[in-house]
Amino acid sequence: MSKKILLKNVHNQGQATFDGYVNSGGLLGLKKALKKDPKEVIEEVKNSGLRGRGGAGFPTGVKWGFVPRDTGKPVYLICNADESEPGTFKDRVIMERDPFLMIEGMIIAAYALGSSLSFIYVRGEYSYPYIKTLEAIKEAYSKGMLGKNILGSNFSHEMVLHRGAGAYICGEETGLINSLEGKKGQPRIKPPFPAVKGLYGCPTCVNNVETLAVLPFIFSEGWEAYAALGTEKSKGTKLISASGHINKPGVYEIELGYPLKEFLEVECGGVWKGRKLKAVIPGGSSVPVLRADEIEKVNLDYESLRDAGTMLGSGGFIVLDETADMVEVARNLAHFYAHESCGQCTPCREGGHWVEKVFTRISKGRGVPGDMELVDSMCSQIAGHTICPFGDALVTPAQSLMKKFPEEFKDRILNGSKSTNPLNYELGH
Amino acid sequence: MTDKKFDVCEKRAEEIIAQYPDKHSAVMPLLYLVQEQSGCITEEGILWVSGKIDMAPVHVREVATFYTMYYKKPVGRFHFQVCRTLSCALRGARDVTGYLKERFGLEPGEVSLNGLWSYEEVECLGSCGTAPMCQVNDTFFENLTVEKLGRIVDRIEAKKPNLKLSVLRDEMGDGLQGNPKSEVI
Ligand SMILES: Cc1cc2nc3c(=O)[nH]c(=O)nc-3n(C[C@H](O)[C@H](O)[C@H](O)COP(=O)(O)O)c2cc1C
Ligand code: FES
Repeated sequence: MSKKILLKNVHNQGQATFDGYVNSGGLLGLKKALKKDPKEVIEEVKNSGLRGRGGAGFPTGVKWGFVPRDTGKPVYLICNADESEPGTFKDRVIMERDPFLMIEGMIIAAYALGSSLSFIYVRGEYSYPYIKTLEAIKEAYSKGMLGKNILGSNFSHEMVLHRGAGAYICGEETGLINSLEGKKGQPRIKPPFPAVKGLYGCPTCVNNVETLAVLPFIFSEGWEAYAALGTEKSKGTKLISASGHINKPGVYEIELGYPLKEFLEVECGGVWKGRKLKAVIPGGSSVPVLRADEIEKVNLDYESLRDAGTMLGSGGFIVLDETADMVEVARNLAHFYAHESCGQCTPCREGGHWVEKVFTRISKGRGVPGDMELVDSMCSQIAGHTICPFGDALVTPAQSLMKKFPEEFKDRILNGSKSTNPLNYELGH
Repeated sequence: MTDKKFDVCEKRAEEIIAQYPDKHSAVMPLLYLVQEQSGCITEEGILWVSGKIDMAPVHVREVATFYTMYYKKPVGRFHFQVCRTLSCALRGARDVTGYLKERFGLEPGEVSLNGLWSYEEVECLGSCGTAPMCQVNDTFFENLTVEKLGRIVDRIEAKKPNLKLSVLRDEMGDGLQGNPKSEVI
């Protein structure tokens, strides 16, 4: 398919042990990075074109450049392993199978930022990834990869693994920071941005697991090798979590710019049960849906997906076949967002439940004319009126499903018919 | 405000608190210790945490209620959490819930009289590529069918394995072990 950077070694026996990791070429990048000036490390990450893989796609080196080193306060690095965007399960693969890759990447990032303490915030439900990462951190300490004078250099660094407890919003970086400080995981108003005033009021950089796990390659093979992959603006490779109505769900590493249709047909083995494709949600549940007739010329990269009216997001690729009931899809996702609102901003806390209620009544055959307009007007009062982008994440699937499949919603409202293919138990029995 | 019940956690608690620049950061891991000891978050547990990290009980309580993984009341010895979000729903999550409801004869959140069973529906557990799935205590069971789930419940009933975080090991045997091997291709 294409060059593998992140999944290259995940099938190796013993890859999650220090020796296994070193035998597969591990630590080379860190050794090289530690010989450079931190400024040079940041420059090379900028040159590589690496963009944040947590969803927003912000250039990583540029973000690091925002973190001041001369405030007299400590600088903190946080690895965002909260992975809770529905349809996303890629960071878990790294934590379970190649945790040293993430740890090595974190040490490189910490060196560049001048940070002597970092945290990995792993979602509470990820018990097995937690155990594997914990074992790896312990071993890294015992082998001199963490702690004082890492690999004989002047650089020292400590790492703490912190377990969340079931809250999607802790994936949002300021919600995460509040959670790590021992508070409810409710996002903060920005500015100030975490780079300036983050954890414990100190300069803080939050990066996704996948972003950090790319760094060892950038320094072992050189930023040029990374920048040679992908498209002009979307460099490198991306992990795609493929799920839904396909023959081969799983985590795939693709070179950015890979044609969406080919990915679906070749890697994912096509739509399951010989059925026809209806729609794809390409970047996790919070991005706009694409109809089957819209995927023809689309490639899996930031620009092509943006031009198609959607986003690469976290790379959660959810496929829907012809039997999917789009009212039910909208209701299922509306339930998720209503449940996961942190409750801080009224439009999101209240609006999320209203949106779910209206979709539920349409799905139960009790919709009334004007319901679609009602949802639209609620959405316009939520989006942009909240502290964090969760409000936008809530309205995006709701509005895009109605916009792309209006006849399904209209028909159900007019006929007053119940869903024949309910997605969840409470409506199905 | 200490309680004998948590004496066994003291050493662990000190280690946890020492990891953080600010001891308030230890509230979540300490609440996990409480839950491990008591099965759910109890008032005495909240007071114990409060005393350990000098945080007002009301703030500890606030944290305990914000996060869904802290149980406010006891759950069954085997607590099933079925993912109900889109990717699982598209591949049959409703049958998983339906099976458990029938087999246990319980509503979500209820505990069976023998204290063994309880279940609930939860949101995406990051296992969408192996849908449908459910978590039993701290262990994931993936690529479920009703038939496979039936065998899993039988096995749990017969062997009463420990499916807790501290011992995530292949206790189930016969290819039914829940430890996630994400399907990487
Ligand atoms: C509602 C919401 C949920 C998020 N969830 C996650 C998540 O689970 N994991 C993640 O890495 N980033 C998540 N993010 C993005 C983070 O806020 C942050 O941008 C990211 O961790 C930065 O890392 P990156 O630059 O390496 O992408 C979320 C953002 C929002 C608004
Ligand atoms: S949708 Fe069920 S695990 Fe993600």
